[in-house]
Amino acid sequence: MSENPVFRVTTKILFAPIIVYGLYVQFHGDFGPGGGFQAGVIIAAAFILYGLVFGMAALRRLAPPKIVAVFMAIGVLLYSGVGVANLLLGGNFLDYNTIDHHDPAHGQHIGILLVEAGVGITVTSVMMVLFFAFASYGDPKADEERP
Amino acid sequence: MITSNLPALIVATPLIMSAIVALLPSGALAWVITLLTSLAVLVFAVMNTVIGDGQPVSYALGGWPPPWGIELISDGASRLMALILAGLSFASTLYAKALIELEIHPKDQARTYGAWLLTMGGLLGLVMTADAFNLFVFLEISALSAVTLVAMGAGVDRRALIAAYNYLIIGAIGATFYVIGVGFCYAVTGTLNMADLAQRLPEATAAPVFVGLAFMVTGIMVKAAAFPVHMWLPAAYGYAPSAVSSLLSAIATKAAIYVLARIFFTIFSGLPDVTDLILKWILLPLSIMAMFGGTILAIYETDLKKLLAQSSIAQIGYITLAFSVATISSISAGFIHMANHALIKGGLFMAVGAIAVSIGKRANIGSIAGLGRAMPWTSSAMLVCGLSLIGLPLTAGFISKIYLVLAVMDAGLGLITALILLSSVLSVVYLWKIIEVMWMRPYQGPAISENVMIYGPLWLVAAANIFFGIYAKPVVDLADMAARAITAHALIGGL
Repeated sequence: MSENPVFRVTTKILFAPIIVYGLYVQFHGDFGPGGGFQAGVIIAAAFILYGLVFGMAALRRLAPPKIVAVFMAIGVLLYSGVGVANLLLGGNFLDYNTIDHHDPAHGQHIGILLVEAGVGITVTSVMMVLFFAFASYGDPKADEERP
Repeated sequence: MITSNLPALIVATPLIMSAIVALLPSGALAWVITLLTSLAVLVFAVMNTVIGDGQPVSYALGGWPPPWGIELISDGASRLMALILAGLSFASTLYAKALIELEIHPKDQARTYGAWLLTMGGLLGLVMTADAFNLFVFLEISALSAVTLVAMGAGVDRRALIAAYNYLIIGAIGATFYVIGVGFCYAVTGTLNMADLAQRLPEATAAPVFVGLAFMVTGIMVKAAAFPVHMWLPAAYGYAPSAVSSLLSAIATKAAIYVLARIFFTIFSGLPDVTDLILKWILLPLSIMAMFGGTILAIYETDLKKLLAQSSIAQIGYITLAFSVATISSISAGFIHMANHALIKGGLFMAVGAIAVSIGKRANIGSIAGLGRAMPWTSSAMLVCGLSLIGLPLTAGFISKIYLVLAVMDAGLGLITALILLSSVLSVVYLWKIIEVMWMRPYQGPAISENVMIYGPLWLVAAANIFFGIYAKPVVDLADMAARAITAHALIGGL
């Protein structure tokens, strides 16, 4: 597919807008439908499209599987880190009110933002790892490089 | 800070650590951190049981009070279950190092420990949560990570992949049934909190509630490997890596059986005539069939891991039988057997795993001849756990059997008491088959040096079998509290 100019140009045009749209869905989650799960899938879709058109080798250069695997854990740790921080600040697990004692609503805002960011990071990287796993099945080089 | 947040810490600690452990470069380091994590969880679970005056503690996750927010509950029942799960996870983790090094590719070891901790965290969440939908989430966390663990057995035997796939599909169907049932109940009550559901369900439209109950019970029975929806279990436990078999057999089905009890005695406590009908006419006969079916299949099985898995089905039958009789003393007997069976089966699977790696092939009736002399430490611990399974006096299994038989007799079910005793006698057949081959045949083969990292934890569990057989008071007391806690919402006087 990487020979076809239509696919190449379309992918190059769409790659950045898909990610921007993903970020819009991510941050819109505070006020309406959206949030980390949907945003994560949309952002991963941009990378998967890139991989489909330019090939797995190009995608592995763009997003090395080892680093993507690290981001899987970072998202979870961001989420749970907020929970632990709430404990340390004297509240219940994931009680965002503790983030800002003077203005609990502000605390809630920051808390959900961080937690959703964690969800978004993990979902993006899990989708990509799934794609790596299925698309590189049987590829000996991929087996060597797997995270 | 720690004491007031124990319910959350018990669940969150393994889940958080799993993300860190999965990234570690070496399996040995991952094991150390996994062991420390499971030790921390065990300490939390003990503190959770000891601290306080036995009153239930409700924990509002995120500060949102129940029934709106997700509630974790620490009452007699969830305390005992957390203690069983944490204790056996610790023993299994201690035992896992040597076996995972032998059976799993070095590149995969750290991530295996990651899935190991996820399974623990998921199952602990299952027993601590008081929210019917949150329970489904934990069900999925524990099931998906357990499937991963079973599939890791592919390094030794490729059949593990088929077993894991069956486990995944059948488990997913079970979880889907459960969540459909929760959906029905939510549609007519508008709440997901268990205690709130218990209050509102009797007033709701009857038909959706009955459908919801049927779906929830069926789904969880699949997860608990109750007869006749147990078909995934023998293969999954049989082909999983040895360390994983001992972890899953000790804790995985126990958590699901506990959920079954929660559904009957907490969520649907307001509808005693309906739950009674299901318990007496469906769960009770199925439990008896499980007792005999599992035992008879175990008698004809020659592969040791599968034999133990078939015997697990029979033992799960005893536990569900105890719950289906539904008196305080029988529910308490069910909890006692859950604790003791975790010790018995955890120990037996550990011993079989130790044998399999020592002789370098699958342990079956043919390949274990004379091992009593070649591997005295492992074989004698296996003997202790085996006698405990039969229910010989001075072992934990005896305590289970005696409380179960007394409770069933008290309920006026003489015939069922006789059936319990008969199936216990039958279980002697398959255990004697193993004992005879191991101890009374000559050993032919190279000398085997036993590894203390393997038989040490095994003897820890075997010693616990003897200890709780002689000094059963703590288990019996905790189980009695568990039975009272789980039926606390019951509106009827009979319970």
